Amino acid sequence: MAAPLVSIRGLSVDFDDGRRAARAVDGVDADIAAGEAVGLVGESGSGKSVTWLAALGLLPNRARVSGEVRIGGMNLIGAERRVLEGVRGKRIAMIFQDPSSCLNPVHRIGRQVTEALRLHRGMDGRAAEAEALRLFDQVGIADAKRRLSDYPHQLSGGLNQRVMIAIALAGQPELLIADEPTTALDATIQAQILLLLSRIRRETGMAMVLISHDLGVVAENVDRVCVMYAGRIVEQAPGEALFDTPHHPYTQGLLAALPTLTGPRRRLAAIPGSVPEPWNLPVGCRFAPRCPAAEERCRHEAPPRRVIAPAHQAACHFDVAGQSVWPAQEAAE
Amino acid sequence: MSSPLLEAIDIRRQYNVRTAGGVFGRKAVLQAVAGVSFRIDMGRTLGLVGESGCGKSTTGKLALGLIPPSSGEIRFVGSTLPAIGSAAWRDMRRRMQMVYQDPLGSLDRRLQVGPQIAEPLIIHDIGTPAERRERAYATMASVGLQKHHFERYPHELSGGQRQRVVLARALITEPKLIVCDEPISALDVSIQAQVVNLLLDLQDRLGLTYLFISHDLKVVRQVSHDVAVMYLGRIVETGQAEALFRAPAHPYTRALVSAIPSLGEKRERLILSGDPPNPVDVPAGCAFHPRCPFAIARCRSEAPALRRQPDGRAVACHRADDDAIALAA
Ligand SMILES: Nc1ncnc2c1ncn2[C@@H]1O[C@H](COP(=O)(O)OP(=O)(O)OP(=O)(O)O)[C@@H](O)[C@H]1O
Ligand SMILES: Nc1ncnc2c1ncn2[C@@H]1O[C@H](COP(=O)(O)OP(=O)(O)OP(=O)(O)O)[C@@H](O)[C@H]1O
Ligand code: SF4
Ligand SMILES: [Mg+2]
Ligand SMILES: [Mg+2]
Repeated sequence: MAAPLVSIRGLSVDFDDGRRAARAVDGVDADIAAGEAVGLVGESGSGKSVTWLAALGLLPNRARVSGEVRIGGMNLIGAERRVLEGVRGKRIAMIFQDPSSCLNPVHRIGRQVTEALRLHRGMDGRAAEAEALRLFDQVGIADAKRRLSDYPHQLSGGLNQRVMIAIALAGQPELLIADEPTTALDATIQAQILLLLSRIRRETGMAMVLISHDLGVVAENVDRVCVMYAGRIVEQAPGEALFDTPHHPYTQGLLAALPTLTGPRRRLAAIPGSVPEPWNLPVGCRFAPRCPAAEERCRHEAPPRRVIAPAHQAACHFDVAGQSVWPAQEAAE
Repeated sequence: MSSPLLEAIDIRRQYNVRTAGGVFGRKAVLQAVAGVSFRIDMGRTLGLVGESGCGKSTTGKLALGLIPPSSGEIRFVGSTLPAIGSAAWRDMRRRMQMVYQDPLGSLDRRLQVGPQIAEPLIIHDIGTPAERRERAYATMASVGLQKHHFERYPHELSGGQRQRVVLARALITEPKLIVCDEPISALDVSIQAQVVNLLLDLQDRLGLTYLFISHDLKVVRQVSHDVAVMYLGRIVETGQAEALFRAPAHPYTRALVSAIPSLGEKRERLILSGDPPNPVDVPAGCAFHPRCPFAIARCRSEAPALRRQPDGRAVACHRADDDAIALAA
């Protein structure tokens, strides 16, 4: 196998506000190959955003980050600002869920794109403007020329999201981290944006990490999926394997909890309890308090990563062999 | 045929607004709800779906008489809703409750949740303090909360437990109708299923009637008997939930259904181009025509009426009976 584009080893993030210490990310290992699309799923607070904010050095100072995030020969953790700036936006770009947090409300959107082009590709004047137009075209902004002089508030949520994608593409990144890129958008607009991202990936060969809590969105848009729970990756597998034969009880539970749009209606299998707070994590397997298969050892011993198939791993003490640990639900009515 | 608990007859609600540009914007009228009719029978659930700003929440508030309609009528158990603020209105409010999306936002962080659950009893002057406490315990038990949760503060509970608190507070006056406005959207996936199951159990046990507002079509299918799809203030399609999701008839419903990402089965995609139009500047004719892949000349000039189809559902589209559009999917 070729060396991965980005390789994460033992990445941990601690937040300590003086009152209590919280481990938001705990020993994450992951590889992203060039051109690959990887989904990162997990419920709110599981550490999806913090993982990549830490990788790119975007967390506040009081966050303590350890481990390695390698791209090329460099380790980004603890790297100098100059090194990080050469990677951020250039080799690895990130788009965020909320456009308002990244687009400057007082600057015209055209200027925000040309600024990114100057920063990452040293382009100026006419060349930058021509490239901005090309990028707007690429992300499907109609009437691009006129749009360049608009302010963010004059655009709909879907258009602002396209502008953010254009800015992210400005540095011609090898990897795009798309953090919930469509969560704030309406369903029909979400479908448009996801289609756009997959078209751009086909055209440019860019790799993508798609962060989402929506398993459906991830299923349709990536090759491989990582499932996070309480700061750890609990299962990693090619999309099909993960959805057809999930091995971790948490993944199985998440899938059983989802209603469907077709087929017989069944009572949903609800996972009891709730996600633990990061300052109050259970010892042993973090899912143990909610897991129907948990035994004594789960409550004090963290499970090792078990290899199920070449690209399929699950962190559970038991090999449930693809059999769901959740009770089957009877059909409703 | 059973009797309608709630009936909306051509309700409209408009707001005077200014267009973008702050105080320099021009004055305009925004039709948040532009002639909506529906009925919900006792013990049934009507799901109300559609994209942001299409008028779902406004319809919910109109249904409960929290805001008055600009025109049209809401009937609850056969009679028109009394004037807002009147004694009759307060009495009726007991029998209709609302549950909102954000459980933290609808709870007071400084108060223990028990007294908050019992509060509607005080408002409606029901029972003695001891009786209220008893009733709060009973209602908490019915939504799966324990006695010791009574003294907890909202931030000491999980998201699912907080939504149970909100539900308990809505249920304590023994309402007939509950309007659920995105009741699970703010919850984690693993918790959503708990609340969905609870809503269904409560309906079974207590014969509750729901108006269930959500943009999540999968959840709506899970809980609803019937569904109404809104676009820019109007219902464009309504019918039995199962049939509507299996074979959506209106082009907008089709796009909405096909936009849902799915696990496993690959479905045909109908991806719309363009953005939803500005609600103060609703397109003439069929409001959907600028985004509709099937629009014909007539769609640009004439608004389609919501017409009953042979299979019992109602569709507002000029081309609803057109075989050509059925084939184009
Ligand atoms: N700057 C910060 N200071 C303190 N704690 C933080 C900070 N940022 C994140 N956290 C905590 O770290 C944990 C992981 O957060 P993160 O944002 O990565 O979750 P997530 O998986 O992206 O969730 P969501 O789906 O809600 O975006 C959470 O418990 C969060 O409260
Ligand atoms: N008090 C108000 N004053 C002015 N406009 C309003 C008011 N309340 C609602 N609107 C407008 O009416 C339209 C319908 O709003 P409503 O909240 O009913 O939509 P919704 O379908 O519930 O949307 P969402 O899914 O985002 O909650 C929107 O364009 C909204 O901006
Ligand atoms: S009436 Fe015309 S524009 Fe409207 S949905 Fe039907 S075909 Fe499309
Ligand atoms: Mg996040
Ligand atoms: Mg709403």
